Amino acid sequence: MEQVEILVVGGGPAGMMASLSAVQSGANVTLLEREVKLGGQLIKQTHKFFGSYKEYAGVRGIEIAEKLTSLLKEQEDKGKISILTEAELVVFYHDQTLGYTYKGALRTLKTQKMIFTTGASERMLPFPGNDLPGVYAAGAIQTLMNVNGVLPGEKYLMVGAGNIGLIVSYQLLQAGAKVLGVVEAMPRIGGYLVHASKIRRMGVPIYTSHTILEAHGKDRVEEAVIIAVDNKYKPIPGTEKVIKVDVISLAVGLNPLGELLEQRGIKFCYIPELGGFVPWHDENLRTSHPDVYVAGDLAGIEEATTAMLQGELAGLVVAGELGYGNLEEQNKIGLVYQRLKEFRTGPKSEKTREGQLKLIDG
Amino acid sequence: MDNQSRKISLQLKSSGVPSKSDLKPFLPSTHRKRKGAYALIECFEEIPCDPCFSACPFKAVKEFENLNDIPVIDFDKCTGCGLCVPECPGLAIFLINENRKDGKATITIPYEFLPLPEKDELVWALNRKGEIEGEAKVVEVKTYPKKSNTTVVTLLIPKEQILTTRHFRRKDQHE
Repeated sequence: MEQVEILVVGGGPAGMMASLSAVQSGANVTLLEREVKLGGQLIKQTHKFFGSYKEYAGVRGIEIAEKLTSLLKEQEDKGKISILTEAELVVFYHDQTLGYTYKGALRTLKTQKMIFTTGASERMLPFPGNDLPGVYAAGAIQTLMNVNGVLPGEKYLMVGAGNIGLIVSYQLLQAGAKVLGVVEAMPRIGGYLVHASKIRRMGVPIYTSHTILEAHGKDRVEEAVIIAVDNKYKPIPGTEKVIKVDVISLAVGLNPLGELLEQRGIKFCYIPELGGFVPWHDENLRTSHPDVYVAGDLAGIEEATTAMLQGELAGLVVAGELGYGNLEEQNKIGLVYQRLKEFRTGPKSEKTREGQLKLIDG
Repeated sequence: MDNQSRKISLQLKSSGVPSKSDLKPFLPSTHRKRKGAYALIECFEEIPCDPCFSACPFKAVKEFENLNDIPVIDFDKCTGCGLCVPECPGLAIFLINENRKDGKATITIPYEFLPLPEKDELVWALNRKGEIEGEAKVVEVKTYPKKSNTTVVTLLIPKEQILTTRHFRRKDQHE
């Protein structure tokens, strides 16, 4: 059976950075990615990233994916990393043996350490008519639109004014679609206000303290009914408003994707601030299993910049555990900590900070 | 100017449209306005983002103590070069010049839509809610390949619109 030092599961921003930092410390890495291309969600992020100019601020997500992919390919040419795309992890046995499918065939490998960066899945929202064709998750629309060049409709209602809802609305406008409104149950816009201002000046209304009541249509979505909610999020009868749309896009949050770790008996905690059930981990991103680390949205829903920093941190720590890395690389761990901490000091990271405190309590 | 202690208006938090009180701390003095073009950074909220600092060749954007600081501009150092406009990931920086002989003003807006307008084209100037304010003439279109291919468009507008015009729409063929 194939023996590897570090297995990284998931080639998104966290997994790519984890692989890079581990390899740069001197370790050998095998990276599994389910999709055809590396990059995870970055490959559809056509907007410029926030964060620090010292990292990737001002650069579009798609460009970051290209940059990280080419850095990984350089390491692949040197034989330091084995990159398997269209490879999906399916089994995690009780020794360190794992099974994955690679282009349709089942393969196994044995590894010393693992970094899981499997990301998250989009949440559904219960309402009558949500099973009609034309109800999509916002991230799915973003993939269809920005990766596959397909617009699933002409007129959209966005549900959720977090960053995903606001950004996908803007990108729909860029693609020539009409966004007839953004509905948000909270009384305040959840995403960055600069993103909100961008769609407002293109005439898209944002209905805060509103929710979707139901979707109507014969064979597919033809209209959405929205309704105002009170401060307990209860619909206020008589405030219904009908909006003619053919797509309802749901941007109502994400859930960490960690089923394989759960099945393996790794400890999970329910922390709503981090997106629900998350694998418990310490500040070095180590889970209750001494050889399993997590980073990115799997470790708690946040965003791509912190996913990259967490990935970098996990890669450095794991390589260090295996005896790799000189003093410089070990010093880097402290620097990455500081950057992560500083990133999370603002009011927009309040939830993450609360979630992190709960994690410490286990 | 103490940007950090300011409160964001309820209007901005709930609708995405800033109020006059949100804008006021970001505006230069009348004296500075008369001296020529200046950058207006409409970044009201503490978010983890600092590339406006490194974008300015004249160090007019104060160095951030914390990544989440709200940007502060020193208008004595701002030369109106406009290099920060295509840099801002939030598309929240505008360049304004109200010191023109014709009594009008120009505003430079980051624009991420295709097809791009042409120089001298007449477009609809839009306010912060996307409502048409009137016609505006495109005086310059510039794309920055090194700044993630961001394009900025400069519009000629009436002086009264410098705080309201924030976007534009190309006219349909039959308009």
